[in-house]
Amino acid sequence: MLRYALKRLVSLFLSLAIASLVIFLVVEVAPGDPASFMLGVNAQPDTVAALRTELGLDQGKLARYLSWAAGMLSGDFGTSYTYRTPVAGMIADRLWVSLPLALYALTLSTLIAFPAGIYAAARRGKPGDMAVMGATQLGVAVPNFWFAMMLVLVFAINLRWFGAGGFPGWDTGLWAGLHALTLPAIALALPQAAILTRVMRSALLDILGEDFMRTARAKGLSRRQALWRHGVRNALIPVLTIIGLQFSFLLAGAIIIEQVFYLPGLGRLVFQAISSRDLIVVESVVMLLVFAVITVNFLVDLAYALVDPRLRSRT
Amino acid sequence: MTRNLILGAVLSSLVLLLAALSFIWTPFDHAAMNIPAKLQTPNAQHWLGTDHFGRDLMSMIMVGARTSIAVALVAVGIGMGAGVPLGLAAAARKGSWLDELIMRGNDLVFAFPSLVIAILITAVLGAGAVNAIIAIGIFNIPVFARITRGAALSLWEREFILAARVAGKGAARISAEHILPNVMNLLIVQGTIQFSLGILAEAGLSYVGLGAQPPTPSWGRMLADAQTMVSFAPHLALVPGMAIILTVLGLNLLGDGLRDYLDPKLRVARA
Repeated sequence: MLRYALKRLVSLFLSLAIASLVIFLVVEVAPGDPASFMLGVNAQPDTVAALRTELGLDQGKLARYLSWAAGMLSGDFGTSYTYRTPVAGMIADRLWVSLPLALYALTLSTLIAFPAGIYAAARRGKPGDMAVMGATQLGVAVPNFWFAMMLVLVFAINLRWFGAGGFPGWDTGLWAGLHALTLPAIALALPQAAILTRVMRSALLDILGEDFMRTARAKGLSRRQALWRHGVRNALIPVLTIIGLQFSFLLAGAIIIEQVFYLPGLGRLVFQAISSRDLIVVESVVMLLVFAVITVNFLVDLAYALVDPRLRSRT
Repeated sequence: MTRNLILGAVLSSLVLLLAALSFIWTPFDHAAMNIPAKLQTPNAQHWLGTDHFGRDLMSMIMVGARTSIAVALVAVGIGMGAGVPLGLAAAARKGSWLDELIMRGNDLVFAFPSLVIAILITAVLGAGAVNAIIAIGIFNIPVFARITRGAALSLWEREFILAARVAGKGAARISAEHILPNVMNLLIVQGTIQFSLGILAEAGLSYVGLGAQPPTPSWGRMLADAQTMVSFAPHLALVPGMAIILTVLGLNLLGDGLRDYLDPKLRVARA
């Protein structure tokens, strides 16, 4: 187990190193010089040059990459070109919206998908199964930002149960914060819940055909007992992987959903940074998201190996 | 023939037909403004209503379908064009450094949240349909590489491949002449699914302003325009939304249906 974990850890660091290099290079190709962008068209060349030196833009690419990467490792993401404040602080503020939103959506998606998937698998081929499967087909076809607009139309504009957007901040209380994130979380969760339901159902159906399920029935368990005690627990393995993967979709998907609800999260930060050529912020946010995804996948792999010893030897 | 296949084929061809028809005929000029006729709900003259400039929504949807289809189709083309040869090469040299390199490269692309990188690419290269295609296309490459490799690996163990090797054919020729035709079904099914994902991705990118730029109509931007008016003109959001949903639904059903239809084993297993 330790060898497997070490091997995965090495590949985790390798992935992170390559990912950071790719992100840095992609942003490097971006047209437009941040220094001249900040100072405007009428700036004197020597002022621009001075600012370039101050921002470290006159150094070589390799030197800048290394100082950026080294800074990230120590939690120093650099200083925003436009706001002149530490990027780490800006990201931390926004993370308090984006992360709870993603987790809220993940919880909702799991809460919907588990019962729906189990229900459908237990009634395979019957009308209940057909209805669930039909709903999931629809769920994956709906663009979440459109669904978000419809939620606003119905629950914010017509019924007035929720606000149409914005975020009051957590200092107004947990309840107010959660209330403001509810519609965005539902919009974000819907397509993921549809996918997860399908995974849960097919994983369960695979398990139901296994020999040990017949054994469980033969030793006297009812269908329901066998399903819950042996089926659901074994189906959790593939389902967990998908949940891990979904976390990345949710964090990334939050970027667009935040636009619909005018939420001050990472998504809005990225879009503002893009339009003001604040490249260091763009780089850092993207790197953070990639870091989150790669790390979550690593943890899922480890959890997998803990649950299923067969996977440890098969790398 | 399953119900999925028929329903999916009907929906998908309907969208394709509308897009094709838009080259020679639309009910109105999709860009023509007619302020007196603005914000009409669907009626006999404007079948799907009009927007805040009085433009005919039916015509905009028809022309917008072209954008969605073109972006998604070329993105699938990029994914297949690069991914399938990579997957074939990895399978032909199973376990070699080439296989390792291709698969680790795939893992890396998979690890990136695709939407974030698509936003990054379009932000860096500039917003536009072509950059949206590149951004979506890149993420199709590992999908096709992986599925091709997986299917090809088991084919390489089969006797007819052994026969081809005995006949003196090289790995490249065997891949092209024997492996590729046998994984084609799988690729068609996956292609359909990636096509529908491409339509969704394109809509998302144009919604945030990083896809096709005006005056090229696109469903995602129609939704972005509709957002501020949804309270008094909900049809502005409903119409493009429905267009996206029906197209994606049609393609997904077509993909599922094709998979069942092309794979006789599944047909028995599912019955």
